[in-house]
Amino acid sequence: MPLLEASGISKVFGKLTALDGAALTVGENEFHGLIGPNGSGKSTLMKCVAGAEVPTTGKVSFINTDITAFTPTERARAGMSLKFQITSVLPTLTLYDNILLALQAQSSLLDLVLSRTRSKLHDQVMTMLTQFRLADRAHDAAAALSHGQQQWLEIAMALAGKPRLLLLDEPTGGMSLEERRVTGELLQPIKQHCSLVIVEHDLDFIRDICDRLTVLDQGKVLASGTVAEIQANKNVQEIYLRRA
Amino acid sequence: MGGAREAVARVGEEPDVVTGGGAPAASAPAGKASAGWKVLTIVEGLVLLIALVLPWVLQDYLTVFATRVVILALFALSFDLVWGYAGIMSFGQALFFGAAGYGVALMARDLNVTSILLILPAGALIGLTASLLLGGFLLLGRYPSSVIFVSLGTLTGSYAADRLARGWYYLGGQNGIPSIPPLTLGSYEFEEGPIYYYMVLAILVVVYLLCRFLVRSQFGLALAGLRENEQRIAFFGYKAQHLKAIIFAVGGTIAGLAGSLYAFHEGFVWPNMLGVVFSTQVVLYVLFGGSGTLIGAVIGTVIIEGVSFWLSDNYRDVWPIILGVLLLLVIMFRPLGLISFVLGERERVGRFGKGPNKASNKETGNAAP
Repeated sequence: MPLLEASGISKVFGKLTALDGAALTVGENEFHGLIGPNGSGKSTLMKCVAGAEVPTTGKVSFINTDITAFTPTERARAGMSLKFQITSVLPTLTLYDNILLALQAQSSLLDLVLSRTRSKLHDQVMTMLTQFRLADRAHDAAAALSHGQQQWLEIAMALAGKPRLLLLDEPTGGMSLEERRVTGELLQPIKQHCSLVIVEHDLDFIRDICDRLTVLDQGKVLASGTVAEIQANKNVQEIYLRRA
Repeated sequence: MGGAREAVARVGEEPDVVTGGGAPAASAPAGKASAGWKVLTIVEGLVLLIALVLPWVLQDYLTVFATRVVILALFALSFDLVWGYAGIMSFGQALFFGAAGYGVALMARDLNVTSILLILPAGALIGLTASLLLGGFLLLGRYPSSVIFVSLGTLTGSYAADRLARGWYYLGGQNGIPSIPPLTLGSYEFEEGPIYYYMVLAILVVVYLLCRFLVRSQFGLALAGLRENEQRIAFFGYKAQHLKAIIFAVGGTIAGLAGSLYAFHEGFVWPNMLGVVFSTQVVLYVLFGGSGTLIGAVIGTVIIEGVSFWLSDNYRDVWPIILGVLLLLVIMFRPLGLISFVLGERERVGRFGKGPNKASNKETGNAAP
């Protein structure tokens, strides 16, 4: 059984059909890239999986559970996590508190009011910050970080709750070449415990870190397979050539 | 590889520049947190000190006025939790204040209950119940309710309660319920004056400390997340709507407590106490003093009420205009309220759970608050 299986996903906004029977299957510990031209429905499919949009038709299964009607909170509690396309770290909070906020999400109300889980979570906060090369800035406000560092902080926050599946919407958007390279490095180690779905424009980045790819075009799946298969696929070459 | 080198340089440099320019309180890298805490504590201590000596220097009628202001500050605190901390825009906070006021007035009129030991819990309970009902309706749903829905819902609630009270003979209609007897403790009667003032001040201090404990806890961190980006924290797995309903109910409880103290202090309740004007007034207190800081809510109440009092005495005809302009100036140029003159961004946001030093030293000892 795959970890995530979305099938027959359609999403209609008024007269616009953003997705038309799209599908996405992701296995355990798999890095899966979601690519396609602008307007092909990548982000919408991601949102339908994450629960930010409710698909018009179709079904999403996650760890053998039908989660189509789950709210974002319920999906998060089931082990799914999302990094938004627009950075949404909490700018006035310190890096430490940003991570703690993510980590304590499933603490009970009483634990939160009595601050009982903070000391228990401290090591995990510092581990996440260290892993994402942000430990020395732990007590700075997140607003003080560069754009790239904010993206890393956000990935760290999304990973804090130890999800089984992480959805990354354009993680390298607005990053420099060097920052992209580091982002790839930072993502590699999580493969041991987490699968990844990445929507990304940077095809080199996708090729470097993904095992499998799904290509969308006009709301439909054009092709899905290993990176080598997709690269050899005539239809895929065509739509990318058409664009270029 | 010029691009890459540039990037490395940017990653290293930019944050320091931003830190230096953005947040004055955060410019000194070490020990900034402890310094920040001191400013807030000094302001709090100062306000308490002034509050404590006030009845000794004020004339009697001014002590009565000061008592009213302290009760209103308690009311402001309730709204600050809801809006300043949790970001719930409520235009109906007076509903809980007034409902409790009416409730305890009826207890006194129809049941002859005036004991403080019954009245205050009853007031808090009425506030709690009313806010649970309204909050449950407006905030609890499968998906988060929009800001507009909540603002209009609370506004409507407050307006409807006002109209209901005006039209209901049992509640005294337009005139409300007059001649509420004094609050009692055994055979002692709390008359207006220094004793009532200190009693109310003690309640304010206790509630203030409880609120401070709450907003500085990990729960306070969750509230900060709620305020800044509700959708984000839902994706972490927080039950955001539950958090909102809880803090709304805490706010309603405190408003109820304030309303019952107000009813007995003034000696009567009237429909305005439930209405939109009162609900808006408390928004202004908090906005003026500094939302998202507890002391800001208190300072805002004291200054607005104090200035109104003084202006209405000295500029009988034009004082509302002067006050209005003053409020506009603060809101335009100091959106974080008067408190932001002395309090930097970092201190305003503060810390959650344990202190920062212990956290960075990896100390996992006792978790004393």
